[in-house]
Amino acid sequence: MRGIGAAPYAGSMLTFLFRRLVLAALVCLTVLVVAFALTRLSGDLAVSMAGPNGTAEDVAIIRKNYGLDRPLPVQFLDWAVNAASGDLGRSYLYRAPVSGLIAERLPITFCLGLTGLTIALLTAIPLGIVSAMKEGTLLDRGIGLIALIGQAMPSFWLGLVLVIWFGLKLQWLPISGTETWDGYIMPGIVLAFSAIPALLRLTRAGMIEALASDYIRTARANGLSVASIVLKHALRNAAMPVVSVAAVQLGFMLGGSIVIETVFALHGVGYLAWESINKNDFPVVQAVVLLLAMIYIGLTLAADMMNAVLDPRLRAG
Amino acid sequence: MKPVLEIENLRVGFPDGTAAVRGVSLRVGRGETHCLVGESGCGKSVTALAAMNLLPRGATRSADVMRFHDEDLTRLSERQTSRLRGARMAMIFQEPMTSLNPAYTIGSQMTEVFQRHRHATRAQGMDRAAELLERVGITAPGMRLAQYPHQLSGGLRQRTMIAMALMCDPELLIADEPTTALDVTVQAQILRLLQTLQRELGLAVLLITHDLGIVARMAQRVSVMYAGQVVESGSAADLFGAPTHPYTRGLLACIPIPGKTPRDQPLGSIPGSVPKTGAEFAGCAFRDRCTYATADCAGTIPHRTVATDHRTLCTMVPA
Amino acid sequence: MKRFSTLFGMTIVGAVVLIALCADFLAPHDPFAQDLMARMIPPSWMESGSPLHLFGTDQLGRDYLSRLMYGARISVLIGVLTVVTSGLIGTALGVTGGYFGGRVDDIVMFAITCRLAIPLILVALTVVALIGSSLTVVVMTLGLLLWERFAVVARTTTMQVRNIDYVAAARAAGASTPHILLREILPNILSHLIVIATLEMALAILLEAALSFLGLGVPPPLPSWGLMIAEAKDYMFFSPWVIMVPGVALFVLVLGINLLGDGLRDFLGVSQRR
Repeated sequence: MRGIGAAPYAGSMLTFLFRRLVLAALVCLTVLVVAFALTRLSGDLAVSMAGPNGTAEDVAIIRKNYGLDRPLPVQFLDWAVNAASGDLGRSYLYRAPVSGLIAERLPITFCLGLTGLTIALLTAIPLGIVSAMKEGTLLDRGIGLIALIGQAMPSFWLGLVLVIWFGLKLQWLPISGTETWDGYIMPGIVLAFSAIPALLRLTRAGMIEALASDYIRTARANGLSVASIVLKHALRNAAMPVVSVAAVQLGFMLGGSIVIETVFALHGVGYLAWESINKNDFPVVQAVVLLLAMIYIGLTLAADMMNAVLDPRLRAG
Repeated sequence: MKPVLEIENLRVGFPDGTAAVRGVSLRVGRGETHCLVGESGCGKSVTALAAMNLLPRGATRSADVMRFHDEDLTRLSERQTSRLRGARMAMIFQEPMTSLNPAYTIGSQMTEVFQRHRHATRAQGMDRAAELLERVGITAPGMRLAQYPHQLSGGLRQRTMIAMALMCDPELLIADEPTTALDVTVQAQILRLLQTLQRELGLAVLLITHDLGIVARMAQRVSVMYAGQVVESGSAADLFGAPTHPYTRGLLACIPIPGKTPRDQPLGSIPGSVPKTGAEFAGCAFRDRCTYATADCAGTIPHRTVATDHRTLCTMVPA
Repeated sequence: MKRFSTLFGMTIVGAVVLIALCADFLAPHDPFAQDLMARMIPPSWMESGSPLHLFGTDQLGRDYLSRLMYGARISVLIGVLTVVTSGLIGTALGVTGGYFGGRVDDIVMFAITCRLAIPLILVALTVVALIGSSLTVVVMTLGLLLWERFAVVARTTTMQVRNIDYVAAARAAGASTPHILLREILPNILSHLIVIATLEMALAILLEAALSFLGLGVPPPLPSWGLMIAEAKDYMFFSPWVIMVPGVALFVLVLGINLLGDGLRDFLGVSQRR
């Protein structure tokens, strides 16, 4: 996955960052168009909004009230300019500014995403390291099996199974809501499951490569401790692709939290989006698509900068 | 005088069944450069890695004697050998470009070795590192300490590797083809540096090379390896003056000697290729390429002594 | 061990495909036939289970095993059709970018980046909600969204193959571009694409299940496994097996495809690193 626009270009770090920023802006613009087109080209928005019982009159009123009778480019420009200045429109359903609705719910989704990423990293990195150190052994294969299982697990189903088991049978954890911090544990685990396989494989591959490298031979020839060899010298070099993918995975997790938030009834952005899709509240849907895309772009950008910090060869000109 | 490193009948096998080292014996004394010479794949690097206990996973090692001073290397645990490595026995490698960790500064990597073995502070380590960088001929050591490996040329990196190996005043330095990857002029500088350091510090050096020119220049003692065995060993003078093993002679015929080799005389070459040697391989491994081979060469061949400290593994020399 | 797991994957996938093809003959009951007198019968090995319904019945008294068999048909159909659609799009883009390079490649890379930035499930849900849920809509939506990995792999492998001697020779000999792309490049990158296809198929099946679970995938009463889990959700606290049966089926199928993909990766000599 690494290397989608993330390859270091020749030239200094500043040029590199500048190019990435321009690219990010272009991607944002494209997503803006897609998000707009999505809700306008796939059907008559006014008819969807009027619902199955809406009369032709209702449709006409809605069309007029929301400016849907104007030409599409005008509608788009109007929306895009407003979006750029932070005004994401008003929700039809809540009759409130979309930005406010999202801002209220974003912390929950972020908490969920970060919990998921933390669990994923805390599981995947140690397992990946052990797997690499025991390459080819039964232990290595066993850990590989964990990755395969994680990859095959339907997240919504895993969520339900956890709810039955830990929430109902053992009663260790709350089955929904985020009133207390432990409400994040189960959804976090479910979310982490989807990211663990990729992170684990990458850590393992990176560690195998690093452990076989000449500088690790030097470190061993210099009598350094196993802990220093593995955790300081090898892991640091194996970490760079892991950072990139972790950022990408966090983006995917935030996008995928729509399923988990629905299962656990967490009132985050994903739940809001699901609700809005079901109730034809499209300004909200558009805004969430745009927001998630921007977060994703921001995260990949942040990963590039993290890598520059980790790898001195990228830092210098 | 007791040797610094003493190896008797070392055997190393790999999981795929190849016997990479088949009964190698050698000694390196204090203040002495012992050259281990041979083609690539003859087992010379494996011998050195076995002494350092750095063999790849799955490799098996056995020896009648493997002693570093009074430490019996065959009995030490991995943890105990790691206390010797970098402290009393050090090793440098062929690939200076990749042998330093790209993620850390020169200073931090050198200091870590010192801190590990001497329980010193970081500042003391930095002082020591700067001192040694200067010693190996690097100007402005203070600046270099803060630099990353990719900012240094190959020659500078190999000097850094040498300085790092010397951080804890080792008694033995194993240098595995230290100049092969470098330009010719840099090669000469590094070799001169090794000579100077050895003389001044009284180091025992085990120098691994395939280059007889380097052997002629550096070695007091030489062991010639072929297919996992030392086929001939002795003082540099004996070996260059009176080589007995046909392989040694073949090697010597391959290098032109300025002023001695006539201009129009073609350089020698040894036809054939090295056989794959498993654990059961018996007889002289060179016999298929040797013009003097007889039926005896397929049997077991004991070491013959040519002169004091000059031993060979060939049937032509009377026992 | 490796061969065993590949064989295991092959067996699972083979069995599911067979069941999907022959569901009409294999299913013991009509998957849509409701029997309100026989609702929520547990699987036959559990207490108060019935030998008539091996995996029990759902909340409308429909036979779970029969629904599972017809559901396999939906999963396999979705998996295959989605991968064909997305594979065609992704390969076309990737090969074009990798072969022509320069500006063309920049555009392809940009398209891939944009695709990655678009939140997958959210957009799929929105499209299905707007157009209306049906099998065709789900396949088209997923097909149009899941092409990026094909594109990434096709692009990098094409770049590698492009410079191999015989391709360069064919170019020098004046072979037409379509000829080179179809006859020289495509056969050489096919093994990589097959491995990606298995991964994407597994992903497509999981996504369909998730969409159906959220009520915006395959419409009821079709027996999609995801939909079966969604419908059973309200009863899971009293009888957990109602979500276990379709869930395990889904898990096993996806695991099988992944195991098969891993085996193919080794068999075709495709390197692990993407």
